Amino acid sequence: MTDILQVDNLSLSFGGIRALNDVSFTASKGEITAIIGPNGAGKTSLFNSISGFYKPDSGRVVFEGADISRVAAHRRAEIGLARTFQNVALFRGMTVLDNIKLGGHGRLKSNALSAMWYLGSARREEMQLRSEIERDVIDFLEIDHIRNQPISGLAYGLQKRVELARALAMQPKILMLDEPVAGMNREETEDMARFILDIQEERGITVLLIEHDMGMVMDISSKVVVLNFGEVIGSGTPHDVRANPEVIRAYLGGGHDKVVPTLTEEAAT
Amino acid sequence: MRIRDFHQSYAHDEAIWQTPTSRLWLAALFIALLLFPFTANGYIVGLACVLGIHVIGAAGLNIMTGYTGLISLGHAAFMGVGCYTAAWLGQRGLPFYLTIPLGGLVAALLGLVVGIPSLRIKGLYLAVATLAMQFILVFVFREWESVTGGVRGVNVPNAELFGIELNNDFRMYYVIAFFAVLLLVGARNLFRTRIGRAFIAIRDKDISAEVLGINLFRYKLLAFAIGSFYAGVAGALLGYFYRAMTPEYFTLTLSIFYLAAVIVGGLGTMLGTILGAVFMTLVPELLRAVVSFIAQWAPRAVEVLSPMQEIVFGLLIVGFLVFEPHGLVEIWRRVRRFFHLWPFRA
Ligand SMILES: Nc1ncnc2c1ncn2[C@@H]1O[C@H](COP(=O)(O)OP(=O)(O)OP(=O)(O)O)[C@@H](O)[C@H]1O
Ligand SMILES: [Mg+2]
Repeated sequence: MTDILQVDNLSLSFGGIRALNDVSFTASKGEITAIIGPNGAGKTSLFNSISGFYKPDSGRVVFEGADISRVAAHRRAEIGLARTFQNVALFRGMTVLDNIKLGGHGRLKSNALSAMWYLGSARREEMQLRSEIERDVIDFLEIDHIRNQPISGLAYGLQKRVELARALAMQPKILMLDEPVAGMNREETEDMARFILDIQEERGITVLLIEHDMGMVMDISSKVVVLNFGEVIGSGTPHDVRANPEVIRAYLGGGHDKVVPTLTEEAAT
Repeated sequence: MRIRDFHQSYAHDEAIWQTPTSRLWLAALFIALLLFPFTANGYIVGLACVLGIHVIGAAGLNIMTGYTGLISLGHAAFMGVGCYTAAWLGQRGLPFYLTIPLGGLVAALLGLVVGIPSLRIKGLYLAVATLAMQFILVFVFREWESVTGGVRGVNVPNAELFGIELNNDFRMYYVIAFFAVLLLVGARNLFRTRIGRAFIAIRDKDISAEVLGINLFRYKLLAFAIGSFYAGVAGALLGYFYRAMTPEYFTLTLSIFYLAAVIVGGLGTMLGTILGAVFMTLVPELLRAVVSFIAQWAPRAVEVLSPMQEIVFGLLIVGFLVFEPHGLVEIWRRVRRFFHLWPFRA
């Protein structure tokens, strides 16, 4: 098992708040690594630092053996980091299809001139993108029925799915999902969990998953990293993490009633 | 009524003119554009020429402001750059079919330079930066007499094609219509490709655009370059149309005129661009016609009515903005929806 992503001693603060404090972890290629922790623990900040959104004060991000700490966010996307956002960040004025096509941006090459006359190369690559997306993304995620609808009219669960579709269209090496099932009902959650598993198993894409739904995290991830107040307080297999006293204390102390029963309940079994 | 609207292939689904009916309309429009000058008097043809130029200029601004979200108050100055470039090259014997694109190109290069701060500054701050450029360029137009002729202005030689002097409105109409159609089709196509999508993404949420692999700096510059290219071409055409130009034409007033056109027509739509340009060009003419018509019967009324024209024009703009904030294009869409369903549902 090789590590595709390695985070070394990342620290990040906003004014007085230490969002990340000396965070280190690794993610194995082709596996699902979950990042959990109470609200405000720094999970999203960690994603933002990995995708190049935030500039950490210190530490490194190593992707496929190369230090990418100084690489611009758009370049990180091009070399294979894709993500979704905790609060869906779709382009509301565009259709579902155009949003997904944006995911293919980095793979297309057409310049302004060929684009304006929609000539040979531009037309060809747009058509190719379209059929790739139809086959690998739209059919796969079962969103054919909404492809020509604008985002603004879609139910929240569907929007989350479209955002996943857009990230998949990037054909990433690492897919970072920030709370993909938040606000979803049981059935939608199960669908999403199945999609994520398929992405990992069939396509070999490495998944980083932030999630509060402990059932799902424990079910599908092979490794769990626990953050609390910006620090890693435990990591390992779901089984190890469940039994980790410090992790249990962090959740109990925080009064996170939603998470605690699941965690302790499952630790007991 | 809209019929036979089903898609057999992705290529078909991606086409702009999908139904046979819409292609028929397109052909009819094309023929109408060709025959129009034969059916209209000189005044109307001249007006159509100005309108065509305004459509090109407004299209450029809409690409920048409407689609990419970069507000510019310096659009007129870039038209000036195109105009003076074409005039200078024309005086040195270059044919118009080269000077016009070159005018656009020089404007585009300058647009790249002006676009540089757009990575750091946004919204109103960017507007102020472009405003500064507007004043600087008009100052240059006034002072650089060897090229621009200063305040006295510059003469633009007649356009000539196959030995025919394009020295009247009738002939210029076809030149202008050619460029207008070409550039509108170009703009429309642009937004079927990754470049157009990137522009819209930058406008809507530029940070998440970056996470999708869009290089914000490059695409903002590109939007500036393309928008300024359109302005440059429009300016060059203006030069050939009037055959002489002074810096007074390219002032802030004209920049605002274009901003008003794209807002009234509809930000981020090409159809809106056309509607907005039509509105801004024709409504003042219409008001003038009304006033002179009334003047025949009540000559004294003109003193009161003449200044009223401007007020009514202003009120009309405000009215449209209040009642249809999405622009004239939204009214058009409602009408079209009605006819798509007609006669099954009214
Ligand atoms: N842009 C920012 N400016 C200021 N403070 C920030 C910013 N982003 C995050 N923080 C702070 O950093 C800390 C970690 O926030 P973060 O969003 O990473 O938590 P999280 O683990 O994702 O929480 P949640 O589960 O609620 O999403 C919080 O205290 C938050 O207020
Ligand atoms: Mg978060």
